[in-house]
Amino acid sequence: MPKLTLDELKALRDKAKESIKTRDGKGRAKIIVHMGTCGIASGARNIMNSLLKELEERNITDVIVTTSGCAGLCSHEPMMTVEIPGKPPVKYIDLTEDKVKKIMVEHILGGNIVVDYALAFGSETVY
Amino acid sequence: MKRYRTHLLLCTGTACVSNNAFNIKKSLEIEIKKHNLENEVLIVPTGCNGFCERGPILVVQPDGIFYQQLKESDIPYLVEEHFLKGRPVKKLMYTPSKGEEVIPKMMDIEFFKHQILIALRNRGRIDPEEIEEYIANDGYQSMGKALFEMTPEEIINEVKISGLRGRGGAGFPTGRKWELCRASKGDVKYIICNADEGDPGAYMDRSILEADPHSVIEGMVIGAKAIGAHKGFVYVRDEYPLALKRISIAVEKAKDYGLLGEDILGSGFDFDLKIVRGGGAFVCGEETALMQSIEGKVGRPTPRPPYPAQKGLWGKPTNINNVETWANIPVIIARGGDWFSRIGTETSKGTKVFSLVGKVNNTGLVEVPMGITLREIIYNIGGGIPNGKKFKAVQTGGPSGGCIPEELIDLPVDYEQLTKAGAIMGSGGLIVMDEDTCMVDVAKYFVSFLEDESCGKCVPCRSGIRRMREILTRITQGKGKEGDIELLEELAETIKKASLCGLGQTAPNPVLSTIRYFRDEYEAHIKKKRCPALVCKDLIIYRIIPEKCTGCRRCVQVCPTGAITGPKAQPHNLDASKCIKCGACYEVCRFDAIAGDAIYME
Ligand SMILES: Cc1cc2nc3c(=O)[nH]c(=O)nc-3n(C[C@H](O)[C@H](O)[C@H](O)COP(=O)(O)O)c2cc1C
Ligand code: SF4
Ligand code: SF4
Repeated sequence: MPKLTLDELKALRDKAKESIKTRDGKGRAKIIVHMGTCGIASGARNIMNSLLKELEERNITDVIVTTSGCAGLCSHEPMMTVEIPGKPPVKYIDLTEDKVKKIMVEHILGGNIVVDYALAFGSETVY
Repeated sequence: MKRYRTHLLLCTGTACVSNNAFNIKKSLEIEIKKHNLENEVLIVPTGCNGFCERGPILVVQPDGIFYQQLKESDIPYLVEEHFLKGRPVKKLMYTPSKGEEVIPKMMDIEFFKHQILIALRNRGRIDPEEIEEYIANDGYQSMGKALFEMTPEEIINEVKISGLRGRGGAGFPTGRKWELCRASKGDVKYIICNADEGDPGAYMDRSILEADPHSVIEGMVIGAKAIGAHKGFVYVRDEYPLALKRISIAVEKAKDYGLLGEDILGSGFDFDLKIVRGGGAFVCGEETALMQSIEGKVGRPTPRPPYPAQKGLWGKPTNINNVETWANIPVIIARGGDWFSRIGTETSKGTKVFSLVGKVNNTGLVEVPMGITLREIIYNIGGGIPNGKKFKAVQTGGPSGGCIPEELIDLPVDYEQLTKAGAIMGSGGLIVMDEDTCMVDVAKYFVSFLEDESCGKCVPCRSGIRRMREILTRITQGKGKEGDIELLEELAETIKKASLCGLGQTAPNPVLSTIRYFRDEYEAHIKKKRCPALVCKDLIIYRIIPEKCTGCRRCVQVCPTGAITGPKAQPHNLDASKCIKCGACYEVCRFDAIAGDAIYME
């Protein structure tokens, strides 16, 4: 390790900050991939991998990716829910890696819902 | 930079490590690999999370889920359910007490809610062995500011404005201490971090070194610039292997990165830091003894004056501060002394780290603002006294602190208030005692500790403490005499006045404070030969209450001396002449049929 200068220390800080952002639990969006047994069987793992790859390639660090159990719509797996603070959550169904790419660009980065792939607005309410 | 969707913050502080945290880590690694999650889920070994009572602890981010009391056998299920399938596992979460709803998120748990973290700002959040994680949380930025933008006078002034006082015991204003050392004549000066921490039950400083060693290093470089020192020492208690390892790694890494050593960050300022292992005695934590020990001599106190700031290590001006004091410095420089001084009371600013132990539900390490009441610490954070028992007293300030009774539980915690109550802030030990505690026995315990730890250099401490212990022992054996209390008080005054160092000067505190608040308990022992808390063995007798005894034979099985006999299903007999008063029968009896009675010898 070469000795740092003050500017290099600041640059290192900025870079390192990105890698621990996940720890704050804050982000501009949250993506929930549904990972019940049904989801895994229909390829939710691939969806997760391509999501993470997309984020990494685009160097996006303030989007939280998490998993949840079966969403109760097993015939439409793989599924994911996109939550942007202040907006109703959107559920996407029958996902493929290409669809994920499009959702990433249009919805998560652009703020426009990809209506064609969306099932409905809203996460389920539990009574 | 590699991105992980989930970070697992696994506590690897000393307490969790002794509860198997490293094996849990291995098992997490295996299971995560098994499910091919190693590119998604990152395991971060952190320092002490604080809630040691519930260890081993794992905090899952970004969800903020708090898992506790983990066992290796829980891990396969946990990894599959939560980290693969996204279903948090309720049965591994925290419940305040049996039957209550679980509290999934760490930030909703009472124990954490009332804390303010300054010295412990990174605890449980970073891997202490990875310097980049400290840097990611703005680490070493204050040092950069101090080296490039501030004059020594400005640094000292900022620390003075903050109102920070030493966290190692005496509470001397830190800015003033630095100023005195800076003003001392001489071109070679030293600074020291005191991490000797010898108080039984206290582990604040150990935790800081284990969880966030760079915060101490950064504080020291800032102090070095303010004082004009180019060499420093961290004096670490020998029994702290993990703390020693982490601070050593931290120093090496900081040197690699040019954050220690020559021409730090290209500022032209040099500072070299060396780690010294402690001499192993309690008195080595006293500043003059500590310096003797660093010089390679036997760690014994020397008279002050001269103070370290005038003539310290090898006769050079030296500034010594406690671990927690140093760890506060980077925050004061980053946020300003003004900001810091807004937390706390009139005379005591900022926060204090306490190790909360004894008869309290949530034992652990807590950082709270000065001025918080003892009640808030013990009941809101500590969750009260276990098993429905009554609170009796809390000992603050370690072995030479004092016991504060129930009447004063609403006392705001600051240096002056505690001193007024006959206790001290000390380094921050809080030992909670319930109704089953005998205060004479407590005083005896601490005095015996201090008797063993007295270095023997001066007579009042050496002989005086021994005399006090002898008298206390006599009292607990039912051999107390009229006038013993007064004799203890007289001895205490002499020891306080005539001892050379802080150990002797504060040694009478536990005796004086227990006499002050629990005089009736001393009198019961002396006059009635009775121990009201039923602790002093010589003053109790065990007997069986025939009306309650069902003859279940449980006590017969546990009695180590065969003192209890009797046929099954009939009231048993207890032979007092064979009984060694171990209390085992009393503990196992399910029918309250064993009584521990006070002996009256009127
Ligand atoms: C018997 C005795 C033991 C002490 N042990 C410690 C200790 O373990 N750690 C510590 O920081 N200070 C300890 N002190 C206090 C130190 O002498 C000194 O006041 C302190 O390190 C100064 O740092 P501060 O101003 O940051 O509190 C002890 C004092 C006495 C009298
Ligand atoms: S007061 Fe006690 S510990 Fe301190 S120098 Fe004297 S004998 Fe030693
Ligand atoms: S107190 Fe101990 S020794 Fe005495 S009778 Fe009970 S079990 Fe036996």
